[in-house]
Amino acid sequence: MLDVAIARKTLRNASGESRIVLRDVALSLKSGEVGAVLGPSGCGKTTLLRVIAGLDRDFEGNVLLPTPHKIGMVFQEPRLLPWRTVAQNLELAGAVPGAALDEIVAALGLSQHLSHFPGELSLGLARRVAIARAFAISPDLLLLDEPFVSLDAALALRLRAELLALVEARKVTTLLVTHDIDEAIALADRIVILSRHPGSTVADRVIETPRRAMTPPRAEKAKAEIEALIAGAAG
Amino acid sequence: MSLRLASLLLLLLIWELASALAGSRLLPSPQAVLAVIGAEARSGALFLNLGATLARVLAAFSIAMALGAALGLAMGRNKAVDRFCDPWLIVLLNLPALVVIVLAYIWIGLNEVAAVGAVALNKLPNTAATVREGARALDGSLDEMAEVFAMPFRTRMRHVILPQLAPYLAAATRSGLSLVWKIVLIVELLGRSNGVGFEIGTAFQLFDVTRLLGYALPFVAIMLMIETFIVQPIERHVSRWRPKHA
Repeated sequence: MLDVAIARKTLRNASGESRIVLRDVALSLKSGEVGAVLGPSGCGKTTLLRVIAGLDRDFEGNVLLPTPHKIGMVFQEPRLLPWRTVAQNLELAGAVPGAALDEIVAALGLSQHLSHFPGELSLGLARRVAIARAFAISPDLLLLDEPFVSLDAALALRLRAELLALVEARKVTTLLVTHDIDEAIALADRIVILSRHPGSTVADRVIETPRRAMTPPRAEKAKAEIEALIAGAAG
Repeated sequence: MSLRLASLLLLLLIWELASALAGSRLLPSPQAVLAVIGAEARSGALFLNLGATLARVLAAFSIAMALGAALGLAMGRNKAVDRFCDPWLIVLLNLPALVVIVLAYIWIGLNEVAAVGAVALNKLPNTAATVREGARALDGSLDEMAEVFAMPFRTRMRHVILPQLAPYLAAATRSGLSLVWKIVLIVELLGRSNGVGFEIGTAFQLFDVTRLLGYALPFVAIMLMIETFIVQPIERHVSRWRPKHA
């Protein structure tokens, strides 16, 4: 479904110096699989997602996606059109009005807010609209860039559960980028660990326990293993 | 509202007093001007001339806004286009209106195309420069969102780009309408045989200040109405999404 092999990706900063942000990153996802890219801040996670989304084509390597494909993306910021209502934001992105859309809207608790403008929403609600937008187009690939960052813990936990329910129900191939180990374990079938700058794949680990059977002790065990892998990469 | 009315009444009062001091030939009283407006309206000449001028204003304004906005958007979005067109823009911005008008009449002839074209060409660089600023300030993150979600070109234009340009288009409209109608009067004075500018030219030759004011003031009133009843409501409509602050 998704095959990424990036040999090298450089970015140029404002003063014209170029630096390598990604080197030897490889990851692949089977259809319906949920992958998490885990790595410290500034390791190039967002750049990786932009490359996969086709927003940045200036890199050495390959990104293989089935053609044609539809990508649903949740950016770090909601990126809604402030001059259009919530309903219009969903439809303009390609959502088709109907039962499926109503279901997604209801699942994310947005039914009351369809006629509101984004400026009238809290950040948490705006994030949900962004998630609804990505789901509503029935994407082949869902890309999530730290979708719950800067939300309070309780709300992040609830949104995570809502996201998980949608992913499970629709079997969407999903790639999530995060720096939160717990989030990666809670959501993903497969975790790819990136090293500190420049990011490169240090481990690609399949979580054996299905998400629904995940218990706190098992999660603890998986977390300990991943922390060991990260420590190994740093050392 | 009452303050606006008081200010207008004060203006009328000053006019009345000044006309009493200066004498009716140099500055006729408001009543005299009103009488001329009434007479011209009854003969139908007033509406014919106002209509001719208004049609030229609207034609020139529409052409200048459409072409200027397209040029400004292209220049703001694309560095190569910007570098190529920038010298032209600077030349046009600094070319006196009179030069453009006279050249248009000489090259194209004393006709409507030359008149409207010359006015449009005077306003166009102004619109392009304003819209270019707006295009430079476009939000790249929304562009990326539109790209990922594969929005069609028309959707992107209408729902992503134009709403961001709305304040710049509104500014260009404001300054544009007033600039265009002033230049239209000059065009009419120099080479047309109807319109407010032509009538003012005739009044100048006869030293008829009453007639001059009798044509100028109704047209100012029309432009004021366009601003209040058309431009402002449109502006309110396109900015309705902005959270209101006290």
